[in-house]
Amino acid sequence: MYTQAMDLAPKEERKVGQSADEAEREARFEARIAAGDFIEAKDWMPEHYRRTLVRQISQHAHSEIVGMLPEGNWITRAPTLKRKAILLAKVQDEGGHGLYLYAAAETLGTSRDQMTEALLAGKAKYSSIFNYPTLTWADTGTIGWLVDGAAIMNQVPLTRCSFAPYARAMVRVCREESFHQRQGFESLLTMMKQGTDAQRAMVQESVNRWWWPSLMMFGPPDDESPNSAQSMRWGIKRVSNDELRQKFVDACVEQAKVLGVTLPDPALKWNAERGAHDFGAIDWPEFWRVVGGDGPCNRERLEARNKAWDDGAWVREAAMVHARKQALKEKAT
Amino acid sequence: MTTSVAAVPVDAAAEWPLWEVFVRAKAGLDHKHCGSLHAPDAKAAIQLARDVYTRRQEGTSVWVVRSEQIVASDPADKAMYFDPMEDKVYRHPTFYVLPESVNHI
Repeated sequence: MYTQAMDLAPKEERKVGQSADEAEREARFEARIAAGDFIEAKDWMPEHYRRTLVRQISQHAHSEIVGMLPEGNWITRAPTLKRKAILLAKVQDEGGHGLYLYAAAETLGTSRDQMTEALLAGKAKYSSIFNYPTLTWADTGTIGWLVDGAAIMNQVPLTRCSFAPYARAMVRVCREESFHQRQGFESLLTMMKQGTDAQRAMVQESVNRWWWPSLMMFGPPDDESPNSAQSMRWGIKRVSNDELRQKFVDACVEQAKVLGVTLPDPALKWNAERGAHDFGAIDWPEFWRVVGGDGPCNRERLEARNKAWDDGAWVREAAMVHARKQALKEKAT
Repeated sequence: MTTSVAAVPVDAAAEWPLWEVFVRAKAGLDHKHCGSLHAPDAKAAIQLARDVYTRRQEGTSVWVVRSEQIVASDPADKAMYFDPMEDKVYRHPTFYVLPESVNHI
């Protein structure tokens, strides 16, 4: 989901007028990157590398946290106890992923509160996909299959990110993400194979709505992704948007056959020459609209996060006061 | 659970302090650093560590320590600190060539 942040940032210019000392350190840093070395939080790094990572990791974290909302919408209405337990576990995982990632970003010198404030004020972005509504129960399955499927494609290369705390967090995330995709696919498969006509139609309708937004998750085409080249060179990003998107389409075509659903793209067909599937044009104006704040649920999502933060304020404060009281009591004895 | 006096929070609205989390994956292994989290006190940190880092039985024991209490070597001194061991190959058993009949020692 999640490498979108890097594509959406304005192109940054390199600083001019470096001191000789700084230039030498930067050259040493570049050499380490080129040698495939991992960079740790306390290692010297160029400011631009640090800023890019703070933006990327914090926006990835925000995506996980906001990503709890669309599916959380169905927890109370899951059709069986089993599905409810699965959905609860999955949403809890997303919360956990957000926490691993915030912690990784904090090693770069930003604070949790700064990141939270940026999200709540609408200054920080999160993945565009979570600004779409979950209208039916089938959407929880489709999110697992397509949205988490796209996220996995995107995230697996991040386990080799040059910034080690991020890479380590991603190893953990990816290990858990596989459950997310499989439970979604299995839920859809159950409806397709054992469900009623109405349930099958519900699955197809859901896939129709989520297919294109899922393709947008990989971010703008490579030639319109201003920071990609630098991020690739620095090993923050390992595989290009278009390459990942193609891989995702090819994988989904086979999976859709197993499910018995149609992907809503008349232009989708195998191209033997390329050894890949051709697919139709993505509605990029829609993507930019959603990123810009005008998607179907942008306001609702931000309102929900702000409400959770405000409603939780007394809990955060009470816990601190309790901790202080306990500590004072202990000191007195 | 003990809290050092230095750890006494003063501002209730401030960010919860940061803790480093170490998890023992199973009996017999050592605790390994696995990440960090914010918690108001040690007891809460242990409980949150369980929820954040062991949702799939990844651990049988958890340690937490306030991040500010960790003292680390300076990465800038890495070469000076650790590279001198590079040429001390005689510290390794494989440095010594022994006759085949006693080479298992």
